[in-house]
Amino acid sequence: MPDPHRTVPDRVRTLPGWLRLAPAFTIALLILPVAAGLIAALLPAFGYFPPLGGMGPSLDPLRDVFSAPGIGKSIFLAGSVGLVSSAIALGLTFILLACVWDTPCLLAVRRLVAPLLSVPHAAAAVGLAFLIAPSGFLFRLVSPGLTGWDRPPDLLIVNDEWGLAMIAGLVAKEMPFLLLMALAALPALDGSRRRMVMASLGYGRGTGFFVAVAPQLYRLIRLPVFAVIAYASSVADVAIVLGPTTPAPLPVRILEWSSDPDLSTRFMAAAAALVQIVITLAVLGLWMLGERVAGWVWLKVTTSGLRSGGGGPMRAAGLVLGLAPMLAIALGLLLLLLWSVAGPWRFPDSFPTSLSLRSWMQMGSDAMELTITSLIVAIVPTLVAGVLIIACLEVEQRTGRTGGSRSLLVLYLPLLVPQVTFLFGLQFLAIVGRTDGMIMSVMMAHLVFILPYMFLSLADPYRRFDKRMLQVAAGLGMGFWRQLFQIRLPMMIGPILTALAIGIAVSIGQYLPTLLIGAGRVPTLTTEAVALSAGGDRRALAVAATLQALLPFVAFWIALAVPSFLARHRRGMQVR
Amino acid sequence: MTTRLSATFAASLLLATAGSLAPANADSLANFEALTEGARGQTVFFHAWSGDPTINAYIEWAGDQVSERYGITVEHVRVTDTADVVGIVLAETAAGRDSGGTVDLVWINGENFIALKDAELLYAPDGDGWADRLPNWELVDVEGNPSLTTDFTVPVEGLQAPWGTVQFSFYFDSDRIDETPSNPDELLTWATANPGRFTYPQPPNFLGSTFLKLLLAYTVDDRERLGAPLPADEAEAALEPLFTYLDELHPHLWRSGRTFPANQAALRQLFADGEIEIGFANNPAEASGAVAREEFPAATRSFVFDDGMIANSHFVAIPSNANAPEAALVFANFLMSAEAQLAKQDPAVWGDFTVLDVAALDVDVREAFGSLDLGVATLTPEELGPAIAEPHTSWLEAIEIRWAARYQGG
Repeated sequence: MPDPHRTVPDRVRTLPGWLRLAPAFTIALLILPVAAGLIAALLPAFGYFPPLGGMGPSLDPLRDVFSAPGIGKSIFLAGSVGLVSSAIALGLTFILLACVWDTPCLLAVRRLVAPLLSVPHAAAAVGLAFLIAPSGFLFRLVSPGLTGWDRPPDLLIVNDEWGLAMIAGLVAKEMPFLLLMALAALPALDGSRRRMVMASLGYGRGTGFFVAVAPQLYRLIRLPVFAVIAYASSVADVAIVLGPTTPAPLPVRILEWSSDPDLSTRFMAAAAALVQIVITLAVLGLWMLGERVAGWVWLKVTTSGLRSGGGGPMRAAGLVLGLAPMLAIALGLLLLLLWSVAGPWRFPDSFPTSLSLRSWMQMGSDAMELTITSLIVAIVPTLVAGVLIIACLEVEQRTGRTGGSRSLLVLYLPLLVPQVTFLFGLQFLAIVGRTDGMIMSVMMAHLVFILPYMFLSLADPYRRFDKRMLQVAAGLGMGFWRQLFQIRLPMMIGPILTALAIGIAVSIGQYLPTLLIGAGRVPTLTTEAVALSAGGDRRALAVAATLQALLPFVAFWIALAVPSFLARHRRGMQVR
Repeated sequence: MTTRLSATFAASLLLATAGSLAPANADSLANFEALTEGARGQTVFFHAWSGDPTINAYIEWAGDQVSERYGITVEHVRVTDTADVVGIVLAETAAGRDSGGTVDLVWINGENFIALKDAELLYAPDGDGWADRLPNWELVDVEGNPSLTTDFTVPVEGLQAPWGTVQFSFYFDSDRIDETPSNPDELLTWATANPGRFTYPQPPNFLGSTFLKLLLAYTVDDRERLGAPLPADEAEAALEPLFTYLDELHPHLWRSGRTFPANQAALRQLFADGEIEIGFANNPAEASGAVAREEFPAATRSFVFDDGMIANSHFVAIPSNANAPEAALVFANFLMSAEAQLAKQDPAVWGDFTVLDVAALDVDVREAFGSLDLGVATLTPEELGPAIAEPHTSWLEAIEIRWAARYQGG
């Protein structure tokens, strides 16, 4: 038991001194590459890039961007798609949770989430495109039988000019992430007891959720939501598959400008990247405004005494609505899997006329080597990030200092700053330092992207941990390390493994950092997949996407199975 | 572990090493055997587009050959867009790395070549080109194929070595279409009668731009003009017939021209899915390859316009800061050999047309070239008809600006 007369609290005294440097170290690790990358990337935006004769400072690049045809709409699309898709994804997440909250269905949803998270965005987009396109699976199912079409109809469904298909794709891909975050945070709100209280007050399940759980839950997952918004407003790969083209959203045009044979457009790319940051910030600002409006509406509705409205039909509708996007993605992926072994499969055939392993054979010889590289590049930084995060959280818990919102912002920096913007800068710095093309540099770049996501998923469970366990342990004479390794970490094996799985999934999904920092010399499943899919054969892409999804899938599966297995004799620790 | 990791990274990031390797000595181009011997043990990082598994396999084969014969290792660095490679070379030289770069050899042509040439980022031993000093250069069809020495109207000057040559051709499903268009007007008629069944990749995509250049060659008042720069004040009038044509064509395109496929890959996918009925490619063997992979219908065939199609060549180039230029030279020379060129033209391998003057080769090699089965959907060089040279880049630039303003404004 702590001695009340001691001036220095026990919990501080037991913390090894050097460990207290962990937060500062982690922050430096994040802020240095991002800031340095940003500066190196943004100098050309103001005309400074000597190798191309740009001695700046000049506003010409910005002027060129704003005089590009259709630029207004490109900017609008980036913002509107980001805002709308995030709002819908969040809304549907809450609707789904309201339906399954505190029911056995929650476990089913949790099971659905993990495999969907492991799928790379671009592959999910291709799968969805094949599902809904006029030559896609749904149209094939009803053709020519119901429609009489023996050729695909000429309908503008994918690549529509307002980005509706792109919004659908983003919603479907962001929902699993938001759900995972919400599911991690939900236990902290003690759902069962809240539900009992709400039920005794006469609230239905759905209404009860929105009145008693949603506001607190939102507060807990607010930062992940911000990350989603930032991502959705600056995403290029999904936009290329599903988004409009005349004009395309700004991130796509940035990529185009940065890979135009006419080298002078690189200045425009840099300037547009600057504009992109402003768009992302503006969207986040709009969102925060929306938060206030939503809060006001929520107050009006909840104090109006409305209690019903969560009945059977509504609940069914909510379930359908909430599950539809994820089921669409899941179906799209299954179709992609089918494509990977498909022989001829032409409209209006609903299924391939024959199966073939040809596309898998093409991948075959290198697959082992690529898998090993991918694993090394994923596992090392994931473990490093895991150690750093646990160190930070431990320091935070022991000192009671959370670091405040400013350090959180630092943590989110790599997610908030559009990837294309600072990666080119980072590549430049790696070249200057002659560390490009080294596997170490690639792992370092991955670490920058892995850290925030893993922190996101681990922070809340860590903070929620019942500290009385540690106090008991201390009372029994356990020192700091024994408390950590014998009590806290084993009891948190579930969240920790989930965080590690997320780390691996994020790492496997990194294309641009692997390519740019690796100078093409660190080939992974992802770089190979993207390179092969440049040829346009959906089968090659399907094989690559499957391989790419496989490793994270296994990681998520382990993260679910191991804790259940370890806790099979401990009822209180079972995964619910 | 953590500390060491980041310390290494920080040190290497922040402390730019100033040292650089001695510039490669290539006076030895005159003595190729010595150069080959000196290149033994070097590794060539060959940056090449890798969207086609058969091409990747060919590069692997070629790498194995030089490894066996000359002790040179070839690493194929997978590339999705050659402009990215230009970016790498640019970033490296910007960072002061004038030698020891990560790119030793790059598969390139046209605009990207011109970009590197203008920025003086191409390897030029003793300030001069190297391709025309390689032993196998004498096999190259310099006389018969002007696009081997003039890439997009810019003189090659030996700064890149020819690797293959292609000619634009259309492909179609012969089960659905009986009579193919033989000029742009007939294409317009066909598109009007079959709305939504034709489209082209959105410029500035390379393939989409090539289609526009083809239309330009047919709509411009005088084809001879295309070899010269387009004066800014004449652009409007010179391009007027082209845009009149496009204005007429667009409402009948796939999705009524409100969206366009992004690139060659997307166009292929549309054809494979049956959304469009006429597609096209720069590589005349592309359709045959897709048929062989059961991607395209078995009845896929090719056709060309009567008055010629755009032809160009593709090359390999060495960046000025290459780490192993000697080995790159040896590999480039091998790629131009009769043996490598013959293997490449075999459609089972790749199907890319040779840059060599076949008629001047040894009789057995000549016969081997003649007996190649090009594949069902590939036209023979004779059937491909006359080649139209790439117009001067100023034409395309003028077209792209107007295209974007007219159709991309949203």
